[in-house]
Amino acid sequence: MVAVDAVIGYLHRCHEKLAETLTYTQYPSIASKTDYVAAMTSELAYVRAAEMIGKIDVPKRAQYLRVIAAELQRIASHCLWLGTWCLDMGGALGGGATVFLYCIREREDVLDLFESLTGRGSCTGLHQVGGVRYDIPADWAAKCRATVDKIDGRISEFEEMLESNAFFLARTQGVGTVSRELAQEVGISGPLVRGSGVSYDIRRAEPYSSYEDFDFKVPVETDGDCFARYRVRMVEFRESIKIVRQALDGLPAGPISSRPGVKSVGQVRIPKGEAYARVEGARGEVGCYLIADGSAKPYRMKWRGASFSNLSILPTSSRATRWPTWWPSWARWTPSSARSTASLCSPRSTFSSWASSCSTPSSAW
Amino acid sequence: MGFIVLNAIIGMVTYVTLLERKFAARMQSRIGPYRVGPHGLLQPIADALKLMMKEDIVPRLADRAVYNLAPIVFLVPCMLIFATLPFAPGLGVADLNIGILFFLAVSAMEIVGLFMGGWGSNNKYALLSVMRAVNQIISYDLPFVFAAMVPVLLTGSLKLSDIAAAQPDFLHWFVFYPVIGQLAFIAYIVATLAAENRVPFDILEAESELIAGFRVEYSGMKFALIQLGEYAHVIATSFLGALLFLGAWGGPGPAWLGPLWFLLKAMAVFLLVTWIRWSFVRIRVDQILAVSWKLLLPATLILLMVTAVVVRLAEGRSGCLGSSA
Repeated sequence: MVAVDAVIGYLHRCHEKLAETLTYTQYPSIASKTDYVAAMTSELAYVRAAEMIGKIDVPKRAQYLRVIAAELQRIASHCLWLGTWCLDMGGALGGGATVFLYCIREREDVLDLFESLTGRGSCTGLHQVGGVRYDIPADWAAKCRATVDKIDGRISEFEEMLESNAFFLARTQGVGTVSRELAQEVGISGPLVRGSGVSYDIRRAEPYSSYEDFDFKVPVETDGDCFARYRVRMVEFRESIKIVRQALDGLPAGPISSRPGVKSVGQVRIPKGEAYARVEGARGEVGCYLIADGSAKPYRMKWRGASFSNLSILPTSSRATRWPTWWPSWARWTPSSARSTASLCSPRSTFSSWASSCSTPSSAW
Repeated sequence: MGFIVLNAIIGMVTYVTLLERKFAARMQSRIGPYRVGPHGLLQPIADALKLMMKEDIVPRLADRAVYNLAPIVFLVPCMLIFATLPFAPGLGVADLNIGILFFLAVSAMEIVGLFMGGWGSNNKYALLSVMRAVNQIISYDLPFVFAAMVPVLLTGSLKLSDIAAAQPDFLHWFVFYPVIGQLAFIAYIVATLAAENRVPFDILEAESELIAGFRVEYSGMKFALIQLGEYAHVIATSFLGALLFLGAWGGPGPAWLGPLWFLLKAMAVFLLVTWIRWSFVRIRVDQILAVSWKLLLPATLILLMVTAVVVRLAEGRSGCLGSSA
C-alpha cells in the first residue's frame, strides 16, 4: 500500500441544517440518529450545549441517569466494535463470526434495558434540556445490575478467547501503530489516543454530569498498535460497568428534570449565546457547538464527530502496510458516523468507499 | 461397491453440512437450522433443492469451457480419494497397496479444478483467490504428507488397511504413540485445516477481502458441485486422520460395528477441525506461508526423521530379542 486517500462521508444527512429547523425539544431524539451505535452520547452533547447557554441546572438524579445511560451506551458500542472488528479479522465463516454473535448477544441485553427505559432500543431520545425524559421503571435497577454482572463475566471470556490465541495476537500486535506524537498532532481522541499513551479522557479532564462523583480508571496503553487500542477498550468495558454500579448505588431521589414538562414543542427557549459542549463518547470526543438566538430553535449548530476526526490519521499511519493487515486495524475505527459531513454513515457503505479509494485489487497481496 | 460409496459420500456430505451448521450454531449460542423437518433434519435436502433450482449464470467474459469444466475437475479428485479408503476389513472400493500415496496425490489434484475455476471466471477476486490457493496448497501439502507419513513409517506399509491393522486396540492407536504420535497428529490437523482452506487459513475465500474467493462467479448446481467437493475433501481427510491416528474401525462390540466406529472417529476429527475453524481468526497470507515454511515444514521433516530412527532402533531391538529367543 503506497498511499491512502480516505473518502468518507457518503451519507451526509444535513443534520446541522436540520437542527436549525427543529426546536430544542424536538432535536435530541434526532441527535441520537447522528450516531445510532452510541445514541446516548450525541443526545447528551446537544442538551449540554443548550444547558450551558441557558445556564440551566440539571437535577442530581437526572445527571446520574445520564451517566448510567452514557456508560451503558459505551458498553453497547464497544460490544459492536469488538464483534465487527473480529468479523473483519476472522471472517464470517470462522471465529470472527463467533465473537460477533457473542458480542451482539451482550449488546442486545443493553438495548433491552434502553427499551424498557425509553421505549426504544437504539435511537432513544432519553435526554431533554434540563434533565431526562424518563425515570427508571420499578425493577429496572435490579435488571440493569444483573445485565452488567453478566456482561462483566462475558468480557473475561472474550479476553480469554482472543488473547490466548496466537493468531489473534499476530494480527493485532505491532499493527497500525500510531505514535504518541502523531496521535497528539492529529488530535485523535477516545480509546485511540489512550492506546497511544496519552491519558486523556474528557470525563476526567472536564467532568460533566457528575462524573467527578465516580471512581473509575482511565486506561492507558503505550504501544499505540491495534492490540493496545483493544486493551484500552476492554478495560473501558469494565470501568463503565463499575460506573454503572456506582451510579445505581448512589442514585439520589428527586426530580428528573429542572424544567416543567413541555406542553408544546416550542416551549423551551434558550437565551442568546453560544457554547461548545463535549462529552466522552465511545469512540472519542463528541462535541456540539450551538449558537442560540433566544428563540425556540438554535441559530446554528455544528457537530464534532469522534470517528470523522479520528479517521484523519489514516493517510499518515497506513503507508507501507499490507492491505489485509490494514483493513481490520483501521476499518473498525468507525462503526458509526463521522458526523460533520457524514451524519449517518452505515459501516458497509463507508468500507466500500474506502475499498475503492484505498486500494487496487493487486495490493490485496 | 464404488456406486454405493459414491452415493454414500454424497448423502453424507449433505448431512455433514447440517452437522457443522448445528455445531457452529451451538458454539455461537444459536440453535441453527430448525424449521425444515424435526430439528432441521431436512434442511440439507431443502438446500440441495434450492441450489438445483437456482439460475445458472455464466459471466459474459468468462472462458466458458474452462469455467464449465472447473467444478467437475474439482469434484472428481475429491470423490476419487474415497476409493482407497477401507471402511472395514475388506470393505472398500480398492484397497491399493499404495493407498495412502494415491490418497495424497489425488487430493492434491483438486487445486487444478480450483485454479481453472478462478481463471475461467475472469474475475479479479477469483483470480487473486486461486493464486493464493496455489501458494497455500503448495506450502501445506508437504507438511501434510510428512505428517501422514509418520504412521506409515511406524507401520511399514503404504496400504491403508495395514495401517489400520497395526492399531488393533486403544493403546496402539498411533495418536498415543509416545510424543511422535501426538506431534504428528497436531501437524496433521493443522495441515488439514490449511489443505481444506478453513479458518484460520481461509485466505482464498477471505470474504472481507475477496468476497467469496474463487467461487464468486458460480451459482446453482456448479456452486453446489464445488461445495460438494470441498466437503467431500474435508470428510475424506477426517476419515484418513481417524484411520492414521485413531485406529480406524477398532472399537468395542462385534466386528460389524467397525464401520460405525470408523464413522464416529472421523466425525470426531471433523468436529475438532470445525471447532478450530469457529474459534480462530484468519491470519494473513504472508503469515500463513511463514507458518508453513518456517515452522511446520521443518518440524514435520524432523519428526519424520526421528520416527525413522525410532522405528529402526525398535526393529533392531526386537530383532535381537528374536535371535536370542
